[in-house]
Amino acid sequence: MNSIKERTQDIREAANHLGKEVFTDNISKKTEQRLELQKVSPKLATLEEAIRKSGLKDGMTISFHHHFRGGDKVVNLVVDKLAEMGFKNLHLAASSLSDVHAPLIEHIRNGVITKISTSGLRGELAREISMGLMEEPVVFRSHGGRGSAIANGDLHIDVAFLGASSSDPLGNACGYSRSENPKSICGSLGYALPDAQYADKVVILTDDLVAYPNTPNSISERDVDFVVEVESVGDSSKIASGAIRDTKNPRDILLAQQAAKVIINSGYFNDGFSIQTGSGGASLAAVKFIRESMIEKGIKASYALGGITAHMVKLHEEGLIDRLIDVQSFDKVAAESLKNDPMHKEVSSCEYASADEPGSAVHYLDIVILSALEADVNFNVNVLVGSDGIIRGAIGGHPDTAADSALSIIVCPLLRGRIPCIVDEVTTLITPGSTVDVIVTEYGIAVNPRRPELAERLKAAGLRVVDIKELRDKALSIIGTPAQLPFGDKTVGIVMNRDGSVQDVIKNIAE
Amino acid sequence: MELKTAHAGTLESGDILIQIFPAEKPGLEIALDSTVAYQFGDQIKKVIAETAKELGLENARISATDKGALDCTVRARTTAAVVRATGKDVWAD
Repeated sequence: MNSIKERTQDIREAANHLGKEVFTDNISKKTEQRLELQKVSPKLATLEEAIRKSGLKDGMTISFHHHFRGGDKVVNLVVDKLAEMGFKNLHLAASSLSDVHAPLIEHIRNGVITKISTSGLRGELAREISMGLMEEPVVFRSHGGRGSAIANGDLHIDVAFLGASSSDPLGNACGYSRSENPKSICGSLGYALPDAQYADKVVILTDDLVAYPNTPNSISERDVDFVVEVESVGDSSKIASGAIRDTKNPRDILLAQQAAKVIINSGYFNDGFSIQTGSGGASLAAVKFIRESMIEKGIKASYALGGITAHMVKLHEEGLIDRLIDVQSFDKVAAESLKNDPMHKEVSSCEYASADEPGSAVHYLDIVILSALEADVNFNVNVLVGSDGIIRGAIGGHPDTAADSALSIIVCPLLRGRIPCIVDEVTTLITPGSTVDVIVTEYGIAVNPRRPELAERLKAAGLRVVDIKELRDKALSIIGTPAQLPFGDKTVGIVMNRDGSVQDVIKNIAE
Repeated sequence: MELKTAHAGTLESGDILIQIFPAEKPGLEIALDSTVAYQFGDQIKKVIAETAKELGLENARISATDKGALDCTVRARTTAAVVRATGKDVWAD
């Protein structure tokens, strides 16, 4: 039995035993220089081929991420193509939608899109939907809630179309590129990662197709079925627009100063603390004031979380924040930092804010500063529907971070023009008052009665702590009593809690 | 009363632009375009009408473009526009 020939019978028997074939050697090696092969793969396709091969059918669910925010080009490109190919009844499940997605209105009217799930809606699309454009109500989830829903199957994605600033032909993709002349950069792909992991089919669209291996990568080839090269996936210069602009508004700066004072005197401003700031001018500006105090007191943060901004990157580079955990890069500086700094970590929306995942970063968060469209006398907050009943925002990570942090601070002016921000009852319930600790306005700081120790600390520091009802009364005394909104009978939106239960509904507004 | 076309105010946030034109029919005709029309549309029209009538303006077409002005602003801009339209200086005495 010293030769393989002598063992032929035994091999056959072993194959029978395992129910397998016997090996026949018909291998022919490829001898090309591999550099050439690194530029191709069977996964490369045009958008139309990728859609066809993905097996997408009418009625299925397609998904997108919103890392390019107002500069996104993927949603419109793909849905235009789907319309052209004759698809109907699709469920569009985006991590969020904004002003640039107004072309979806026509696709909704034509029956291409009949269902939407998202974190937010803005602009003309939001207005039309608020007026009753769709038969099926839009389902709104927080970022953590969306991650959970994808992971547990509540939100099943058939085909994910994910824009990436670089990808190799196998689908190793990221939100930045290491080419000499990259076309776009969005930094973290955190909201796209659950889609990449759980969708049945994944199509990467990229405007920088690079040779294998495109490492380090955030989406792995093992999750990717098709790679499509396109002219542009997004305009990076439009990421830091809209909700995340840098403020010069003196009232926002005053609010930011007050919020910083709350943090510094809250009892949580200790060495090793962790912090997140939401979008909104005031909460972003608060970081500048906290920095001064950190230097003065010799306090360093263990990590900053969330939408990472240039301000946070600066503090990290100065050694004031040890690590950055980034589900979404809010500007180009943050995106570049994610690309170049190993201490700046990209996380998926599940690792960021899922209620189900023990390791989600919000569970370890001390302080979060958030904005609001409205807050009410029971500390409930609305960040989705305007005081005119029209959808004009996004849930984002608001309820996730408020619920899981040790201290949640809402920063909002008492009035925006003639619109009161402290009201009797919020137009739509997004973040329950049971999770909100402090509300900062330019007319005083309200502390949730659940947190008397916090109120004492802030009073002792000389801050103007007031009853929240006083703030509501002050607002009404300036603006007069608003009339009731003309809501209709149709439900146009459903707000999901992060635990998967239904928390509120949005009714249509009559023209 | 001889009425000229006149205006007061701006389109800045928190302000209101009041434009007054000679009436084509008797009475006050007020057209309002407001960012807070749902909540305050009726209130703004009421303040404009009251202010105009107090100044003796009974017949005119008033076009108002509101960017969230408070009542005091609405009253001030309406007063200024009426004074300019009628030539009757309410602050003279």
